[in-house]
Amino acid sequence: MMSPKSIKNSSGIKQALVTGNIASAEGAIAVGCRFFAGYPITPSSEIAHHMSRRLPEVNGTFVQMEDELASITCSLGASYAGVKSMTATSGPGLSLMAESIGLGVMLEAPVVIVTIMRGGPSTGQPTNASQSDIYQTRYASHGDYQIIVLTPSTVQEMYDLTIRAFNLAEKYRNPVIVASDGFLGQMMEPLYFHSDFEIVNRKPPQVPPEKYKPFEVFDDDLVPGMAVAGTDYDFYVSGLTHDEMGNPDQSPEAAVKLIKRLSDKIIKARPEINDWEEKYLDDAETILLSYGINSRGVPEVIEKLRNEGKNVGYVRLKNVWPFPDELMEKIGNNGVSKVIVSEMNYGMIIREVQRFRHLFDVSGISIPTVIPFSPKFLYKKIMEEIN
Amino acid sequence: MKLSDEVCIPEEAYDHPLRERLNLNRFIFCPGCLIGTAITSITNSLREKGLTLKDYAIVSGIGCTGRSSGCFKAPAFHTTHGRAIPFATGLKLANPKLKVVVLSGDGDLFAIGGNHFIHAARRNIELTVLCINNNVYGMTGGQVAPTTHIGDITSTTPYGNMESPFNLVSLAAAAGATYVARWPGYDTLRLQKSITKSIDNDGFGFIEVLAPCFIQYGSKNKLGDAVEMLDWLRKQVKIETNVAPHKATFDFKKGIIICGEFVEEKKEGFSKKIEELRERAHNKKKKK
Repeated sequence: MMSPKSIKNSSGIKQALVTGNIASAEGAIAVGCRFFAGYPITPSSEIAHHMSRRLPEVNGTFVQMEDELASITCSLGASYAGVKSMTATSGPGLSLMAESIGLGVMLEAPVVIVTIMRGGPSTGQPTNASQSDIYQTRYASHGDYQIIVLTPSTVQEMYDLTIRAFNLAEKYRNPVIVASDGFLGQMMEPLYFHSDFEIVNRKPPQVPPEKYKPFEVFDDDLVPGMAVAGTDYDFYVSGLTHDEMGNPDQSPEAAVKLIKRLSDKIIKARPEINDWEEKYLDDAETILLSYGINSRGVPEVIEKLRNEGKNVGYVRLKNVWPFPDELMEKIGNNGVSKVIVSEMNYGMIIREVQRFRHLFDVSGISIPTVIPFSPKFLYKKIMEEIN
Repeated sequence: MKLSDEVCIPEEAYDHPLRERLNLNRFIFCPGCLIGTAITSITNSLREKGLTLKDYAIVSGIGCTGRSSGCFKAPAFHTTHGRAIPFATGLKLANPKLKVVVLSGDGDLFAIGGNHFIHAARRNIELTVLCINNNVYGMTGGQVAPTTHIGDITSTTPYGNMESPFNLVSLAAAAGATYVARWPGYDTLRLQKSITKSIDNDGFGFIEVLAPCFIQYGSKNKLGDAVEMLDWLRKQVKIETNVAPHKATFDFKKGIIICGEFVEEKKEGFSKKIEELRERAHNKKKKK
């Protein structure tokens, strides 16, 4: 796999025709990722291919591990050595990573996991696209926890949202997943390698070593300052429920305190994390809600319907977890009477939207298929719903 | 009241010569268990080498020995079951200056984590891995382990174990470890020396530490209490030099456990190779 041949456009921004997988890898490097540990799996492998070529050029480290269990823990280890790290996989690999995603949450280790969804369950359809792992991204690991999951829908967003994923992981000290799919990962589109974005780095320890407690919080964001190996700080971090000092603590009080803080640091930050694209919310009676690859045909259909005099609009989620409750409230307050949820699975995000049935009717186009819905098909389905 | 506050630290422990380098409140091991001596040996080795906090990290998996990382005043990581080695690999590769020591049990390193062990050895990643081998799963209730000997009684082999155990030093050598040794846990001086050698060898070092579990293993196999089991172990241990790793007998039936150093080889470590790779990638980019 060659590095993308790029040119500079009139405003000096490098641009090239690349696949979503390469865009994601380049986004990671642009935001400062210098460590990748992964294991080959279709349709995500090109991220590893590209990282194996590019990371050594920027003084980074690429390592192909023996399996996904090792890939995620190796990335967590690198994160605790102070290096921004990531791994990439697809559904079966994410299943294997599940346990240590929880370790990442518990150790509050910033890490980015890119998952290129393919057909499932089990080996499923490795070379196709899917949105059937949306629950997996949220609930893969055991225990009560929160996670951030971003859903790009273009090659450009593979770059942009991978950058954002690192920033969110560093800011909230939590694993962040970029949930893409086999089509977006493999398809080529023009990519602008812009570099005028903000780079967020983790909060360092806020007290000197002798006063440092690895999980002591000083700020309203509930995020503790992070010491790493190779400094003058000594600290003990454990997957066991722990107190501020890191001491294992099996009391009910410790469980409540820790789980609440770990969850609340994400829940509280929802207004900042949640992001979406919306159109015609002001006058729409019916809204089509979609995300990822399956949202690409939506604007065309909505414009066509509006030209025919239908009061429709759309929203496209750029992250599905934490779920943007405030968007649902906004839709409800705008007087929308119906939300149609379109997704390539047998109904996942629709369950979240159904929590707001007191505000609007909810129906779904929930098909566990492996190719995105065509505009023609969507048009027919929406017409059935609004007539 | 936190659990950690309830742990009674005996008065004399305040005079412990390594107190400055240990967290005694996290010491949860049964009196008589040799995990403590392994912790002491590692700590003494790091101290004698003059290493400070920014020079090293300690990683453990899950189980009795999994709890040991918390006893060190160090960047210390208590990871998921079986994954201590890949976590340590990440630390080492991201900061090659660190001396990374992994200590974990035989179940953690060789059952659930067996794959990581052989691949880390194959890569010759610069880690020192200590396996506290008690031939049984201790913390989970005395179940059969991949190191349990044939015929032994455990919680899940009430009629006697039928599976052959791994010979860990032979396995480590075959997988490519460049330093391999086995010591009884009570032999703290040899163990400490061995740890120092492994760290200095700058490759994948493996040290098996024999640490009989009288609670889970001794009681079921009628081997007595902690002191009696140490005596039982001592009578079997034979320290030999120049023994090939695959001939390093570990046989409770014959009463022979050959201890010593089995592999000591100079070979470039994985993190060094990655540094060279970076150079090559830079040069290639320059030529373009």
